[in-house]
Amino acid sequence: MPTDVEHWKDELYGTEIRAEIERFAEEGWESIPEDERDAWFERFKWFGLYHQRAGQESYFMLRIGPPSGVLEPGQFRRIVEIADEFSRGPAENPEFGNGWLDVTTRQAIQLHWIRLEDVPEIFDRLEDVGLSTVQACGDSWRNIVGCPVAGKDKHEHVDAGALATELNETFKQNEAHSNLPRKWKVSVTGCDEGCGQGDINDLSFEPAEKEIDGETVTGYNVRVGGGLSRNEPRFARNIDVFTTPEQAVDVAGGLSALFRDHGDRENRYNARMKFLVDEWGPENVRETLQADYVDFELETAGDDLRESYSYNAGDADGKHDHVGIHEQVDGNVYVGLNVLVGRIGIDDAYEIADAAEAYASGEVRLTQRQNIILTDVPEENLDTLLAEPVFEEYSPDPHPFQRGSIACTGTEFCSLSIVETKNRQVRYARWLKENVDLPDGVEDFHIHLSGCTASCAQPQIADVSLRGMKTRKNGEPVEALDIGLGGGLGESPQFASWVAERIPADEVPGAIATLLENFAAARDGDESFREFVLERDDDELADLIEPEETDYDDPYMHNTKRTWYPYAEDDGLDASPAPARADGTPIPSDD
Amino acid sequence: MSIALRTLDDGAWISINDSRQVSVSDVWSLTTGAFCDCSPAYVLLEAFVDVDIDGSIVVAHAIGQCLECGTRDSIERLPVGRIVNDDFYPYDPEGVQWLVEPDGDRP
Repeated sequence: MPTDVEHWKDELYGTEIRAEIERFAEEGWESIPEDERDAWFERFKWFGLYHQRAGQESYFMLRIGPPSGVLEPGQFRRIVEIADEFSRGPAENPEFGNGWLDVTTRQAIQLHWIRLEDVPEIFDRLEDVGLSTVQACGDSWRNIVGCPVAGKDKHEHVDAGALATELNETFKQNEAHSNLPRKWKVSVTGCDEGCGQGDINDLSFEPAEKEIDGETVTGYNVRVGGGLSRNEPRFARNIDVFTTPEQAVDVAGGLSALFRDHGDRENRYNARMKFLVDEWGPENVRETLQADYVDFELETAGDDLRESYSYNAGDADGKHDHVGIHEQVDGNVYVGLNVLVGRIGIDDAYEIADAAEAYASGEVRLTQRQNIILTDVPEENLDTLLAEPVFEEYSPDPHPFQRGSIACTGTEFCSLSIVETKNRQVRYARWLKENVDLPDGVEDFHIHLSGCTASCAQPQIADVSLRGMKTRKNGEPVEALDIGLGGGLGESPQFASWVAERIPADEVPGAIATLLENFAAARDGDESFREFVLERDDDELADLIEPEETDYDDPYMHNTKRTWYPYAEDDGLDASPAPARADGTPIPSDD
Repeated sequence: MSIALRTLDDGAWISINDSRQVSVSDVWSLTTGAFCDCSPAYVLLEAFVDVDIDGSIVVAHAIGQCLECGTRDSIERLPVGRIVNDDFYPYDPEGVQWLVEPDGDRP
């Protein structure tokens, strides 16, 4: 039997939702009928609006998804202005103040504390500069990720930016692909470093070349059915298809339609493409695509570039990320800036926008490691740009513990998360920087903290993977983390092994410290951490981790989900100011 | 009045009459043998898969993990609260719970 969500989508979904959002915004939050709220909040996701968790009713997260994370000149500033005016909450965050933008692992930007009444004005201001929230959430084509420096990168093999843009224009607000069984995540990689992270997407285009009719043709190999969520991680499977850039849109449309028609609409837990590929096998996916969804003969896979992939690969030479100063093909440079856990305060964001416009083209690009890139910097402007005070914090040369940190939204706003994440990861990185030495030659060390098994921080593909849990300590339930080791992408991607479970969150920095001490002592020469992990079984690895309390202080050990906001002075759910009217005044309960 | 029961947001909530009432990420105490051999079992709920009503009792189908022994399994019929006069009264996760048998009998 189809789920409630399927019934709601059958009744009204896609572009028609816009008019309803505007109607509710005009009439106010309270105009949404109480017995229709579940349905409307599900539909609002299609336009990038996600109702925040319990205790924060009437406030929304708003997600803006630029394909491949490319924000053209003026677009970043516009988002900052919108955040400044509309994204302030009823309480301060002790690490970040009140007002910020979050760069996500899918090259999007999220704003919080958005009021429904402001949404039409926000939509207008975004559209005025060519931005959109369409399909940023919901059961359809999500933001298309890919090489953030496409078109400017010396490592480029094929222009992934052109394909990402074409896919975005074809499949956003496309009625035939608006209502899929679940989310549909697409990646386009064009470089020899693998920075599109295609292996963890539902559909992945990866650079390749193939001999066709005696000529070497540049294009993409196609993989499907990757994803990390729900304790069921999968790398995308090779379906033995090569496509030219010209045919790629048809192949993508065919696979999207195949998923639309054959994905499981009766069980949302079984609905993702990865489960369909499990059930069918990649050969059957290819056969069905060929038979029913494209009208040309599919080519078999070409020669790929995977052996040179270095992005988030752990053991490879290469860039690992985009942080630092790198040459573009046109003689300019791009500057990759570290954004710790992806969060940029509004004042800092204005300064970054000013610098990008004064010393470069004004473009700001977003990476899948929650960082930002300023492109098109003439070499002669570089020193002046980097002398701006804001780049002391958002640095192109950060400490490895800060550079390698990724964190999801966590219990601050998210319904699914089990633990607090962003503030905790900031505190972890700070403590590790001050107290722990990395072994000689280790310049990249990735620690990803995800609040739950949804895996929005991509924990399974980090050197140290942290996943939200609970445990009991001194008889009381406390926030805890599972610890996994040795995950990463590259030619042969590997998910982390979960070797230590339910470690109290205040003992995790001590656990990482002992792990690195043991790694340094037992390491074979200049062996990378990922290689070191691969050489050992889980029991050996577990022995290397000795959780212990240190002088690290964790203020979030209590059940942060049972608060209306974990950092409020009076954080109890009963003290919540939500729901609130457009001016922020609380709406009294009927009780 | 009929009661609208559903799970929401990838299993993050049980919604009752369009109001988010029961959240994942709480630790529930379960009697011995109901989930694992721990006594009692302190089980973290990681996701709700389905929800139903048994008489006046709202029962959840969830995925959970025992904080002591680490057993991760599904929980078929966890009572999470009661409906009385169309209002929902949640149970305290820290109170020791039993699982509801399909026919309404309890151990």
